[in-house]
Amino acid sequence: MPENKPGLAGLSEHIAALPGVRSVSAEKGELVAHAERAPLVALMTRLRDDPLLRFAQVMDICGVDWPERTERFDVVYNLLSVALNQRLRVIITTDEGSPVPSVAAVWPAATWWEREAWDLFGIAFSGQPDLRRILTDYGFEGHPLRKDFPLTGHVELRYDEDRKSVVYEPVKLVQDFRNFDFVSPWEGITTLPGDEKAHQERQK
Amino acid sequence: MSETTAAGKRVVTIDSLAMNFGPQHPAAHGVLRLILEMDGEVVERADPHIGLLHRGTEKLIEHKTYIQAVPYFDRLDYVSPMCCEHAFALAVEKLAGIEVPERGKWIRTLFAEITRVLNHLLNITSYMMDVGAITPILWGFEEREKLLEFHEAASGARFHANYFRPGGVSKDLPAGLADRIADWAQSFPRFIDDLEELLTANRIWKQRTVDIGVIGAEDALAWGFSGPCLRASGVPWDLRRAQPYDMYGSVAFAIPVGRNGDCYDRYLVRMGEMRESVKIIEQCLAHMRPGPVKVQDRKFTPPTRAEMKHSMEALIHHFKLYTEGFHVPAGATYTVVEAPKGEFGVYLVADGTNRPYRCKIRPTGFAFLQAIEVLGRRHMLADVVAIIGSLDVVFGEIDR
Repeated sequence: MPENKPGLAGLSEHIAALPGVRSVSAEKGELVAHAERAPLVALMTRLRDDPLLRFAQVMDICGVDWPERTERFDVVYNLLSVALNQRLRVIITTDEGSPVPSVAAVWPAATWWEREAWDLFGIAFSGQPDLRRILTDYGFEGHPLRKDFPLTGHVELRYDEDRKSVVYEPVKLVQDFRNFDFVSPWEGITTLPGDEKAHQERQK
Repeated sequence: MSETTAAGKRVVTIDSLAMNFGPQHPAAHGVLRLILEMDGEVVERADPHIGLLHRGTEKLIEHKTYIQAVPYFDRLDYVSPMCCEHAFALAVEKLAGIEVPERGKWIRTLFAEITRVLNHLLNITSYMMDVGAITPILWGFEEREKLLEFHEAASGARFHANYFRPGGVSKDLPAGLADRIADWAQSFPRFIDDLEELLTANRIWKQRTVDIGVIGAEDALAWGFSGPCLRASGVPWDLRRAQPYDMYGSVAFAIPVGRNGDCYDRYLVRMGEMRESVKIIEQCLAHMRPGPVKVQDRKFTPPTRAEMKHSMEALIHHFKLYTEGFHVPAGATYTVVEAPKGEFGVYLVADGTNRPYRCKIRPTGFAFLQAIEVLGRRHMLADVVAIIGSLDVVFGEIDR
């Protein structure tokens, strides 16, 4: 592939200087940029059209839910530049109430990924004309990939012989879902209770 | 409806007709519900409804350990199961920072290519059947059966192999399998010749596929195409070459590239790829040396049965691995492989526990299906069938 491609360091400096980018870092050899939500479309257009970057493809857009944060969702854009043979991950944050500017005008492929993020996480995209559900059932309620959505869901479906139709009913579990806690209090523990002062001494 | 205007001309207006294509349709390759707005027999607008096979794989994986998550990947793209496992295994290895021994890498490369042939055989022949040729699918299934026997010999299962694991492969090849694969690799190019003789210059086949569903290089990139569909549009982009993983960096192969981006070129590219896959398979067999097939770190891969009979430590490791699993340090990665259909990616977020915090699967066909809207516009209804066939969509991965 192209030999004259700019190094990871040069590329990350160039991206860090773009408006709307908070920080750029290399995580396990992958370029990650944290960006602001409001100027997203201008930034993405720049990433696509800048002759030094040419991220012509958005391969994937997905949400990640961190319920304990104030802005609970990460929206992750995985971009690919075929010309430079380089990938870039752009991450922005949002919450249930604030919509993310849609990048469907930058890459037509974004529409379905945004529909998916809306469907599974309830992340709204402003300027997206086609924000229908995509993967879940017709008439589904809730956003299943949020961490507070139960694994079993809320309703189950069966064919009712008497009514001659498919009916939805609340989920009945014969056995509760068993969630084992494997985070051992012994492994990886560096400070024993009551030992904090000694630990601080060690840190120095 | 017809009305007569003042000039005495009859003006006929026809309402466009919305039509349901699928979910139960033999040419929908699974459970695609395509709502077509028809103007006579011409498609005005296509609106695919997907998700009829949605099983919540990503949610389920969040509740399983890393080892338990592997079998879910077989059930995504069930036509090329091992390539899906490959992406997940590579992602976990990247986060955990483990290096697979060389023989493990060769075996994975070998089976990734067998899977590619397996996938293309099914796609090409069923695509042909959709446009009216019945012979190829009967021939193709015979060849597929031979390959599935290799799957079975290596992993114990024909389809849901669960063979590529984080850290290598589950077990070494059984004695004699390498020779059987080598024999098959010798005879297979003759089969491709036969298939090509039947189709490549076939008049009916060409009438149905040439200049149908054309997409240019720029559009293909904008719509997120990858794999054979992107190469058919003239972009020589192959992840095995551009961002090599496992042993792809040390094998020689060519990348077939199309020119027109139509259904016929997509077929030609896949035919070319099968020939190249056979070359890679032969190189893998030639380069493979005896050795371990998975990392020898017992924190990641289980000890052998024999070891467990006399070593208490091995027994503990085995028990811990299959109950608790291993912990993966916090971090995130977007790892991709060149699956037979195109770029198959896993965006894996680990939080330091024994389960993935988030495992987003980037299905290949998702992007292709979305583009039906532009590929199928102003085409005849029968051409939509050819377009769906040429895109190689499988709903196991699209719906997840």
